[in-house]
Amino acid sequence: MNRAEIEAKLKTLLVSELGIDESKIAPDAKFETDLEVDSLGVVELLMAIEDEFGVTIPDEEAEHIGTVGQAVDVVVAKLGA
Amino acid sequence: MDRRRVVVTGLGVITPIGNTVDDYWASLRSGRSGIGPITLFDASGLAVRFAGEVKDFDPEAFMDRRTARRMDRFDQFFYAATVQAMQDAGLDLRDDPVGGSRAGAVVGSGIGGFISMQDGIDTMRTRGPDRISPYTVTRLIPNMAAGDVSIGFGLLGPVTCVVTACAASANAIGDATEIIRRGAADVMVAGGAEAPICEFGVASFAQAKALSTRNDDPMGACRPFDATRDGFIMSEGAGSLVLEEREHALARGAHIHGEILGYGMSSDAFHITLPRPGGDGAARAMRAALDDSGVDASEIGYINAHGTSTPANDVTETAAIKTVFGERAYDIPVSSTKSMTGHLLGGAGAVEAIATLLAMKDGVVPPTINYRNPDPECDLDYVPNELREADVRVAMSDSFGFGGHNAVLVLGRAG
Repeated sequence: MNRAEIEAKLKTLLVSELGIDESKIAPDAKFETDLEVDSLGVVELLMAIEDEFGVTIPDEEAEHIGTVGQAVDVVVAKLGA
Repeated sequence: MDRRRVVVTGLGVITPIGNTVDDYWASLRSGRSGIGPITLFDASGLAVRFAGEVKDFDPEAFMDRRTARRMDRFDQFFYAATVQAMQDAGLDLRDDPVGGSRAGAVVGSGIGGFISMQDGIDTMRTRGPDRISPYTVTRLIPNMAAGDVSIGFGLLGPVTCVVTACAASANAIGDATEIIRRGAADVMVAGGAEAPICEFGVASFAQAKALSTRNDDPMGACRPFDATRDGFIMSEGAGSLVLEEREHALARGAHIHGEILGYGMSSDAFHITLPRPGGDGAARAMRAALDDSGVDASEIGYINAHGTSTPANDVTETAAIKTVFGERAYDIPVSSTKSMTGHLLGGAGAVEAIATLLAMKDGVVPPTINYRNPDPECDLDYVPNELREADVRVAMSDSFGFGGHNAVLVLGRAG
């Protein structure tokens, strides 16, 4: 899976799992402010990412995921894409 | 100073026989059952395989997708019913902090997020504790229906929750009435919801020997007051009422469906599930409601019974009605709309209060369907199988719950 594919999959997840408006999703969009995902929503999103991509994101790494692009970075690094 | 009067200005329902007030009432009028084989999950391994399911419910017709996704089904039901009730009332307090601070909610549920509880434990056992949804707690706590309508509709005043099993939403309506009477609010959303139809829920009630086991005849299984009744039928849904201080409603020209005249509570203090034989507890709640209303017992023209179709409830409730009304009990039409809806548990009192208000407004009494075999111990006029025209100005609605809780409302026709 390359970066573009990961980005596309993540976008689908954000729309289907969290009900986020597709037009607001951009690499620099912040979950809590731009996308209005609350702290519980972020936990749910990270779990969905783990399930979707078959990766594990420990809490200490999760703390540094604030934007869509940062989430993609973490998955890319884990999958070595 | 005269006591503040409480009227009903908005109604909303999600039920097994209709997801609008009009559809619900049309079904009750025509004696239509909403009971059928369970489709929400595979019930083939259970002793009871039928229930009253809500059909064609689309939560996103009432709320945005993100909100719907994080809610339990019981919470979605109550929110959807409240969207209808607030529209009916013509009230929008979301950008009105002054009005909103004088508005609140009391919402009942027997259990809360039964399905979410089951699913959360399933996930924990099969996938591990770190796979449980972060929304597990907020889905299962029974007060979240009250919290969510407060958030969604800008209700900034008294907002709370009642958990008294099958009496919960009758208690909610009564408690909300008292909040308005004492001046703590002018507008209250009141009612209740339940969504218990999951493997854990149905199996739990079946083990308590509370349910009918007529799997071969779901639509005929709920037969309140009939000699062959064998238990209640679990259902899901919600009823929401907008209650309003009368002068407040009149000042804004609101449409008035009826009035909450009286509220009575008592406890059996007897057994965890069985009613006290003879119906003393239920009778004391009926008397308390009549006393509170200032209405004489002779004025009650219709009783919407708790009428669960369990052997114990129906005979006890009949005895209680005779204790309170004496010989006149035989002249009062008493019907159980649960014969059509099944038992919405914590939602029952609200949808039945709504049925009672609509009956008075429409000049008819809804029937008790599936009534065929008279029980010598249940010998009142149960309005068997067909609706009846009746000019009713004041009516009573009974609700009783596991734990021995008895809650009775006295309701009045508008005008």
